[in-house]
Amino acid sequence: MAIRVDYRASLSLVGSILKYLAVPLALPLVVAFVYGESVVPFLVTMLVTVSIGGGLERLRPDPDIGAREGFLMVAVTWLAVSVIGALPYLIEAHGLPGLVPPTAPESTLGNPPNALFETMSGFTTTGATVLGRISLDAHGNGIMLWRQLTQWLGGMGIVVLAVAILPELSVGGAQLMDAEAPGPGIEKLTPRIAETARALWGAYLGFTLLEILLLYGLHMAGMAPAMDAYNAVSHALTTMPTGGFSPEARSIEAFSAAVQWVIIPFMVAAGANFALFWHALTGNPERLPRDPEFRFYVGTMAVITGLVTLFLFVGTGLVSFAPPGTTYDAGYLAGVQATLIGNVEPALRHATFQVVSLMTTTGYASIDFNTWGASAQYLLLFVMFIGGSAGSTGGAIKVVRWYVILKSIRRELFTTSHPEAVRPVRLAGRTVDERAIRGIYSFTVLYLVIFFVATGLVFLDAGRVGLSLSVLESMSAVAATLGNVGPGFGLVGPMGSYLDFSASSKVFMVALMWLGRLEILPVLVCLTPEYWRQ
Amino acid sequence: MMTSDNPYEKRNRETAGERSEAHDRERSGVRVIIVGAGQVGSSIAADLAGSHDIVVVDQDGDRVEDLTYSLDVLTVQGDGTSLSTLEEAGVDEADMVIASTDDDETNIVVCATARAVSDAFTVARVKNTEYLRTWERSERAFGIDFIVCTNLLAAESIVRVVGIPAARDVESFAGGRVQMAEFEIPTGSPVMDQTVAEADRFEDLTFAAILRDDEIEIARGDSVLHEHDRVVVIGAPSAVRGFATTIAPDEPPGTAEEVVIVGGSEIGYHVARLLGDRGFKPRLIEQDADRARQLAENLPTAVVMENDATDIDFLEREHVGDADFVVAALDSDEKNLLVSLLARRLGVERTVAIIDTSEYVELFEAVGVDVGINPREVVAEEITRFTREGGAENVAIIESDRAEVLEIEVDGESVLANRPIHESVADLPEGVVIGAITRGDEFIAPRGDTTIQPDDHVVVFLDACIVDEVTSKL
Repeated sequence: MAIRVDYRASLSLVGSILKYLAVPLALPLVVAFVYGESVVPFLVTMLVTVSIGGGLERLRPDPDIGAREGFLMVAVTWLAVSVIGALPYLIEAHGLPGLVPPTAPESTLGNPPNALFETMSGFTTTGATVLGRISLDAHGNGIMLWRQLTQWLGGMGIVVLAVAILPELSVGGAQLMDAEAPGPGIEKLTPRIAETARALWGAYLGFTLLEILLLYGLHMAGMAPAMDAYNAVSHALTTMPTGGFSPEARSIEAFSAAVQWVIIPFMVAAGANFALFWHALTGNPERLPRDPEFRFYVGTMAVITGLVTLFLFVGTGLVSFAPPGTTYDAGYLAGVQATLIGNVEPALRHATFQVVSLMTTTGYASIDFNTWGASAQYLLLFVMFIGGSAGSTGGAIKVVRWYVILKSIRRELFTTSHPEAVRPVRLAGRTVDERAIRGIYSFTVLYLVIFFVATGLVFLDAGRVGLSLSVLESMSAVAATLGNVGPGFGLVGPMGSYLDFSASSKVFMVALMWLGRLEILPVLVCLTPEYWRQ
Repeated sequence: MMTSDNPYEKRNRETAGERSEAHDRERSGVRVIIVGAGQVGSSIAADLAGSHDIVVVDQDGDRVEDLTYSLDVLTVQGDGTSLSTLEEAGVDEADMVIASTDDDETNIVVCATARAVSDAFTVARVKNTEYLRTWERSERAFGIDFIVCTNLLAAESIVRVVGIPAARDVESFAGGRVQMAEFEIPTGSPVMDQTVAEADRFEDLTFAAILRDDEIEIARGDSVLHEHDRVVVIGAPSAVRGFATTIAPDEPPGTAEEVVIVGGSEIGYHVARLLGDRGFKPRLIEQDADRARQLAENLPTAVVMENDATDIDFLEREHVGDADFVVAALDSDEKNLLVSLLARRLGVERTVAIIDTSEYVELFEAVGVDVGINPREVVAEEITRFTREGGAENVAIIESDRAEVLEIEVDGESVLANRPIHESVADLPEGVVIGAITRGDEFIAPRGDTTIQPDDHVVVFLDACIVDEVTSKL
């Protein structure tokens, strides 16, 4: 079989990106040094990534990539950074045999599938974890910061960042960003794609810094005793990418109500289209409230939040007793019931926080929502499929796709009674191309097919190793990994972890996260024989 | 500094004050809006995308989408004559608007609209020479700052090739006192396998470079000329013509009445007119009786014949086979190819054909057309050159931007000023050749010990990769 794809060119560009991965690794290295921890995990990883990157670059000194090479490059980049990004966890758990002793020998991330799961969950901004003990006592500050940082890098996109800083990517850049960025098609903001990429990363960085300031400000004002500088940085690094990792085992429940209120608008912003913020900053602020996707996004969020608030306020949205084998006990449930039922502010706050967190696919939790009843949980499962906006850092199917699907269904209803009617589907006054509508339909169907098939496989594999799993648990685990959400229900609830799954299930979920982040097609297309031939 | 007899720089100076504020904004480069993403528009966009911020506007969604991914440009789908589309393309921040659609009137309306709402410099492509006339009469007509006439440009490039038969490309500098020409050494040429020192028998001629496949070799005395090398020479027009005779003695330049133009299209008409102005007596063959009559009235210097140019008996009767040149300027590419092949068969020395489809140019040249001229390509090159260099007259781009020949006026700060050439060249990188100097009306052949004075005009050859580095020093 003659291979017609210049895979060497793709790998060469992956090499360039791996080389640059050494730069962000310097941050946890400095933090580890400041806290007096071992810097070996980061130093070794930097050496490895620079040498592998440099080696790959030599495959094709002056790479020239077309559309096919672009898909391969994007897909491989995400896999490669996840493999290399797992090294610090492995080195922390095992040390360097014969040279350096391990600093966290008990770490569950010493197991390679676990380490890969954690890194892929990080870069794809999923936020599903397999850490046995989430605590700064069990792991170094450097390692825990690296865990947060992987999400921040993956949020706006590694390839988008590469397009912003590597001049050789300027010509194929639009294609690459298209393959990586969430939503159908990208919106080019400036004539030069590198400037567009820089504008998006600039807005992203700006929001992150603002959140650090606000969170630390609350701490200084005495309204958030637990939110010290380390936590402020860590949480800002995983809010903006809709990541969801937290160095705290109890996620955002560990912080005060003020912190929870501050984080909500940042999650909303992270799930909105960053191009709108760019327009707002360059003199077109009216485009933000006028954008139909943004309105639909906020509207959906508000309606579902209202419903959940109501359910929690009257108490029908909570379970009535704590069954054995759950992640909470009767005491915790009693506390939840006492806080929520009949109290407006806590009910509104927790409903908003959970709905926003799961819809934007962030995955933070301000409460263990395993204590919630079927009605509220059903709504949470539902929003996991909506996802963020196109051009946001969120995952899942994306608001704009649902919006176009609903509009085209309405057209279908209209043309059924008026068969002669010609009705284009419009989005913000512009006609949506019929081919684009078809693309949206096929993506959505593909997403749902993968969801149902994967749920079955996860369920079967759990049965094989004797892990007891309910249908809701396995559905939510797949929805949460494929949609890059993070937590699901029951076993994989917000305070639980994916640790109990078998290694094969974990590797399968790594693939789901990878597929979900790149919106399936760029990965799947590289796996078809037609891609490599002709 | 560059000589600046062109409207673009003049306007820039005029509006420099009001523009400086816009320039201070974070934009990295010059913002150019190109309306029309056909062959001309996309080719301009491709050439300029590296150095300018380009926004392309077209009505065709597929074209727009193609360009978004193939070039690093911003695209806007819409009607370029509508204000809302132009505003979406950012016309208020644009430095230049190029209207390059296939329709003259659309291009004029685009420029007028852009002028109404912005300060952008406007460039229009037109086919109809009447619009060019109007614009030449009043330079503010239609709100156009620079007009490029497809038919006229194509005719001009044909005439340049006819003027010096062996040349692939000819450009004039310093008001016609200096010429640059690119020749291909034909098989059996007397200069084949000679060194440059042997071939250069002309006092006023400088050998700039030899282009061989993908290489550019700066010509030295001992460089050897091989078959099919392309050599770039700069010198006095008489010396360039003399050299043309030396390399191809059987194709003497400038023998009048030996040119036959087939097809009385706009381009054919302009070729006949321009050749007439240069003392040729061209024959023009046009099939349509009314058109032939109209041409004959307008072209006193040409012989107009009314017949089908693919009629072999007619061609033989008129001894078309004895012509040095046949220019095929019919409306269809296929007919132009046919006419060229027929002419070849009858014994015509060289044929030039207008080829509208750019993909055919190479193919037609391979089967027997000597020089294929694509009007769209000529226009795109002209607009690119104008935009990039800010001047139409003083730059020649050699073989799709592999090298440039440009004219500069030396000022006191130039590295060239008040020093012998061999000293100043030592301060410049490889790949620079001083081709010719003019001082007032006088032509000076540059030698190592020639001292260049301020206000001299110098024509230099530059390898494309050092253009930016060197132009700042000159």
